[in-house]
Order: sequence, then structure tokens, then C-alpha cells
Amino acid sequence: MPFIEPTGVDGKTYDVIVVGSGAGGGQTAYTLTMDGARVLMLEAGRKYTPALETPMFQTPELAPLRGTDTPGKPFGFYDATVDGGWQVPGEPYTQTNSDTASRFDWWRARMLGGRTNHWGRISLRNGPYDFKPHARDGLGFDWPISYEDMAPYYDKVEMLVGVYGANDGLENTPNSPPGCLLPPPKPLVSDLLIADRSRKLGIPAIAGHRAVVTQPLDWKNIPAKLHPGNPTAQKLAADAMRSRAACLWATPCGRGCSIGANYQSVTVHLPPALASGKLDILTDAMVHEVTLDKAGRATGVNFIDKKSGRELHASARVVVLAASACESARILLNSKSASFPDGLANSSGKVGKYLMDTVGSGVDGQIPLLESLPPHNEDGASGLHMYTPWWLYQEQHAGKLGFARGYHIEFGGGRRMPGLETGAELEWLTGGSYGQQFKQDVRRYYGSFVYFAGRGEMIPNEHSYCEIDPAVKDKWGIPVLRFHWQWSEHETRQAAHMQKTFGQIIEAMGGRVREGVETDGAKAIHTGGSIIHEVGGAIMGHDAKSSVTNSWCQTWDVANLFITDGAPFPSNADKNPTLTIMANAWRVADHILERMRRKEI
Amino acid sequence: MDRRTTIKWVLAVAAAAPGMGDAARALEAVAAVANAPSGHGYGTDPDLLRVYKAGELWPLTFTAAQRRTAKVLCDLIIPADASSPSASEVGVVDFLDEWISAPYEAQRQDRATLLKGLAWLDSEAAARHGAGKSFVTLSNKQQTAICDDICYAPKAKQNLVAAANFFARYRDLTAGGFYTTPQGRKDVQYVGNVPLPRFDGPPLEVLKKVGLA
Repeated sequence: MPFIEPTGVDGKTYDVIVVGSGAGGGQTAYTLTMDGARVLMLEAGRKYTPALETPMFQTPELAPLRGTDTPGKPFGFYDATVDGGWQVPGEPYTQTNSDTASRFDWWRARMLGGRTNHWGRISLRNGPYDFKPHARDGLGFDWPISYEDMAPYYDKVEMLVGVYGANDGLENTPNSPPGCLLPPPKPLVSDLLIADRSRKLGIPAIAGHRAVVTQPLDWKNIPAKLHPGNPTAQKLAADAMRSRAACLWATPCGRGCSIGANYQSVTVHLPPALASGKLDILTDAMVHEVTLDKAGRATGVNFIDKKSGRELHASARVVVLAASACESARILLNSKSASFPDGLANSSGKVGKYLMDTVGSGVDGQIPLLESLPPHNEDGASGLHMYTPWWLYQEQHAGKLGFARGYHIEFGGGRRMPGLETGAELEWLTGGSYGQQFKQDVRRYYGSFVYFAGRGEMIPNEHSYCEIDPAVKDKWGIPVLRFHWQWSEHETRQAAHMQKTFGQIIEAMGGRVREGVETDGAKAIHTGGSIIHEVGGAIMGHDAKSSVTNSWCQTWDVANLFITDGAPFPSNADKNPTLTIMANAWRVADHILERMRRKEI
Repeated sequence: MDRRTTIKWVLAVAAAAPGMGDAARALEAVAAVANAPSGHGYGTDPDLLRVYKAGELWPLTFTAAQRRTAKVLCDLIIPADASSPSASEVGVVDFLDEWISAPYEAQRQDRATLLKGLAWLDSEAAARHGAGKSFVTLSNKQQTAICDDICYAPKAKQNLVAAANFFARYRDLTAGGFYTTPQGRKDVQYVGNVPLPRFDGPPLEVLKKVGLA
């Protein structure tokens, strides 16, 4: 079973339809097919083949406009995302208020593998506190599961996709069991300097965790741990692991990786799933509705074949939505029927509600100690060799900070491949030099800059949600989402704390802050959605009144309908959500398999 | 750009240019600004593996006279030295032309800034050194004297702030075009973008220099 044409779904009933092919959909399809379930994956974008399409060593002068970002390629020409970005032509979304403080910016990627193709690969486990935030401070919602429920799946995902990192044993920053993590890359000189000066301020700095294979995966031993008692799956996993090369320490991960050294759904989850013979993939298939039978059970999905514009139907015993938090909410809200006039699985009225992003704020600095260093290669793994996990849990718990949740710090520097920014906007350092002096100044300052990006937890609130716009439809005739957004003081104060802290670290390094520190958190905080960590919109919980799904991400209202992207997250820890999306998808897919074996669904 | 803005520019540039030749050049420049780029962008799914050249995706803008001015200014900002060639020698003028001709909003703004600025250089040359003089006909010393007055916006005289903002943007783009070439990368001694069997981190001499070894 392979990539199929739209007619290939006619007359078939699959075990499971998975809508979406990113981290959630990829992991769901992998887990299901490894255990023999017959799966149809529907992806709204085009087929994408990293081995043939990735610009691995291309340099900026080969690209239009030296590779700068444009509306068609908003993260730069060589970014892996195709047919995506903040806007997708013909597929709008709307805002009730487009001010930066009230807006939600939505990044989509209409391509096989979705946003896993370009993401930062930062892979942090949620800690025990992160599953029970309400119990800890009385705000937001607890997950109906605990860290102990998720831990075995974190182990499996780390082993399958390949995550580098170290076990530092810090508070709410879990260690991984032996054999899970790959060795982290050696820190850059800027990392070591930041770490040294941070520690003097009482701020830790430890090895980063990213889904990059720093040495060949242990294909002889890992498959048996992933798939005990299943030799077929073990062989498929081993073959897939052997086909991936280790990092060659060049070219940014955001371009994708033609040798499979980093995690992309397309290079890690989908090849073994396809090799199992159990997976059909249909691309350019825009799902907009889950269909029901008279008994209220999901029968499949309606989708638009984008190539012909025709509406088609695919059938399955179980439907799993993994189209991304907002897109899954959109599909539910657009699935209206007599029994669900407000959208499917929405008897609680909570579909689209409690949308969260990550709090983001950053400061750049220039460090004289890093000027004019002897040339050496600092490409490394292209991001986050080290980072700072949240370190003020106790102070925060004691109410000393004025905001309830923490953030981690992503930092870096280095002699990166020069870009359009390399010699730009140096006046604050050079006093406006040009000519010979300018060339000397650029040589001096190149590689002497550091950045600090705070990534913090947002608490879900009643004012941040999406709903169906009553008037606007996309070019396929599908009603679009309208967003509402509002930060609380927990987020804006956190952003102000980030700014102050980053200023202190730069000062402790003997450096200069570029553009100053912003003490007004409302100005320092990035626009909602812009960190591209959106979760929520169909949260899981303990009861059908206050949540959309149970602890198995099974909708309360429709027994054979599940959600495995970020939509069921009841909170959004500062830890980047992708690793948790994958671990949760594996956990849910295991449950679906069990229920199918018991003929319950 | 609306008609009112266009007329404002024509008047402003003509007022600053005493000779008819300069006014004509100014008009030509403003007309070029006013004509929106005619090409289309490369869309959302361009071929990432092929090599692109300026002028392939959308028509270019510079007249021969504008090219000459652009080249002189590029090389005042990044001249040749023992380490690397000048900006124009590595194709930065072509890059600037590609940039201001692009059918995207950010580049359209730079188009207005750069074309107005290049015209201003000529009108300033005429104002300082006599009608009929253009920026490229000035001596290096005279050119430098103009640049010195506009190379740092915070310290520019009130009537030169707009010109200084132009210069800042022009310098950013010239540097951007230059340091993204093989010669530019070599100039700053970037040694990456090559596959390595392992990543060793910073050498000892680097750690010693920052006091961490």
C-alpha cells in the first residue's frame, strides 16, 4: 500500500483514517501500522520528498533576493516549508481584532509532513508539574493523566526519532532512562560563555535536547524495546533506522534534511509505516467534515480532492484528527448535523476554546569578548547545543514573581553562515562607518552577537479561542476560522521578566544590549501564534461538560473519534510541544489498537 | 504610490537640482519609482535546487545612469582591499537591481528609498559643485565628503536626515549582497557549510582567548 490516487479510496473501509501527516499524524500512523492496522492518511498539501528536494548546501547568492523571506517563503527561500506560511493563498482566516495584542497568527504548512519539515527540533519532556498545573497554583486545568502515564511514551519516541541531550536532574526537567538520548553536540564558545556567566547569576545552563541524530541509531537493540513481541515491526523499525545517516554538522535543520539526520515525519515516521504495506497516503486531500451514521458513530470523512476540486468520501472504523490544533477544531466545528448543530463532539461547547501559544520575547546583545576570534567552524547541529530550563520553581511557588508559570531560555551565537543581516544595522557599534573601516568593523563584529529567546507557558483563558467565521469561506467553499486572543498579566509579566533577565546575562558577559531591554511586558511579548506552538481547542479532561475528550483523546460524544495533535492539551508547558504531541499520539494509538482488538470500536 | 506622493517627490527633487539636466534625471528616477514592478513573485513552491540569476524572475529597473551611480556608491561602502574585491566586483549592483525590482511589498519600499536616494546624490552633486555635475563625475574626495555628511543618521544635519536614512539602507543592502557571496564569506573567514565527520567544538586557542581555558 503506497501513495494512492483519490479514486483509490472508493469502496474501501479502512481500520483508521488519520487526518494530517505531521508529528501527531505521523506518529499515529506509525504506531497503528506497526501493529497491523490498515490506515488511510489524508494530507491537505502536496507530496514532499526530502531526499530529492532539500537544499542542503545551497548558499544565499544562488537564491532569489539572497534567500531573504518573502510572503511566499516567510522563513526564507531555503526554509523547508512549501505552500505554507502565515497566509496560504485562497485559504484565509480572520480576526475579530487585528491589533498585535489581540491577534492570532496562524502558520500552516500544506505539505506532507506538515510543520515537522522546518521546525526547530527542540524536544523537551514536560515534567510532573506540567501535567498538574492547576493542582500546583490553582490556575488553568490539570491533565487527566500524569507524567508517569506519559513517561514510557517519551522513552519510546526519543529512541525512535533520535533525540540528543543529557540528564541533568533539574527540577521538573525529567531525566530519560539510559539508552534513550543520543550524545549532545559540544557547546560553542558563545554557549560556554553564556553558561559561565549565567551560572554566576544563579541561572543554570545545560545540554539542549533536539531531534537530531548525532550518532547512528542503535538499530540492533532499540526496535525490540519499541515493539516487544512484534518481529515484523522490529524489522521495519530497524530498516528505517539504518537508512538514516548521522548529522554531518552543516546546513540548517530548518531546510529539512535529505539524509534523515533530523526528525521529519516524512523521513522517520512514514517510511516504515509505508514499508509495512498497511498505509495508504492520499495527498492534496482537504478534509472538512467527519461523517456520522444514525447511531452517532463516525463513518469516515468528506474531503476535497484539490487537484480536481471534487468532494469525495473515505470510510473507516475509526477517525483520528491530527490536522494541527486549529485545523482539527475547524473540522469539528464544520461537521454540523442534526445531533450536533454546533459542531461535532461539541456538546460541551468547548471546541475551539482554550487556544494557547507559547509566550515569546527576545533580546540580542553584542559581546566584546567574542570579537575577532580565530576562525573555526561553528555550524554544529544548527541550533540549541545548550539551553536554560526554568529555574525559579520555588520562588514562583512562593508567590515572589508576580506571574504563575515559567519559561526556558533558548540562546546562541556563533560564526554562522553570513546572510543579509551580517553587515546590516551596525551603526550602533560603528557610528556609521563605510569604506575600509566598515570592512574592518564587519570582520570584528561578525560572530560576536548572541541572542536570548524566552519560551514560556501561557495559561488558557476564556478570551483566546477560535470559531467559525459566519461569512468567510476559503476557495474550496469551506468556512474558515476566526480568532480571538488575549494575554493575561501572567504572560506579560513573564515577558518583562525575560527581558530583565536577558539584559542581566548580557551585562554579566560584558556585552551591550541591542535596542535596550523592554520593561513593559505587553510590548515585549510576541504576537499570539507567532511562536507556532499552538495547542488546545479540543482539550482533554475528566468530564464531558468541561472538556472535549477523555484522557485517551477520545471525544466524549463520538466513541470512534480521536484527536492526536496538540488540540487535546489542557495546558501548554514552556516545553516545546512537539515531543509531547508524538508521545501522546503513540499512547493514544496504542489505546485505539487495544480497543479495536477488543472490538469495542 | 499615489499621484500626490509622486508629485511631491518630483517637486522636492527638482527644487534641489538647479540644472535642467538634473531635473530631467530626477523626473526619470521618480517615474521609475512610480512604475510598480511588473513581474510576479516566485509563489509558495519554487524550485529550491536551481540557481537563480538577477532578472530571471522579474524585469530589472536600473537605467545605465542609475547603474553607474549605484556602482560608485557600492564601492565607496565596500571598496577592494587586500582581503577581498569591491562590492560591485562580486555582483552587488545586480543584486540591488534585483532587490528593488521585486514584486513584494518590503522590496517596493526599498525601491522608493533607493531610487530617490540615487537621484538625490546627483542633485546634491550639482548643488555642491555646479549644474551639470552628477555624483559619478565627482572626485573620490568630493564623493566622500557627501557620504561623510549622510553616513550616520543620528548625527546628520536636519535637512540631510532623509538622505542619511537612504544611505543606511543602501549600506545594509550592499553589505547584505556582498557578505552572501563566496568572496564575502571568505572576507569574514566563515569556514562552515562543509560536511564534517564529527563536531569538535571550539579549539583551545579560542577558549583561552575568552578566558575559559
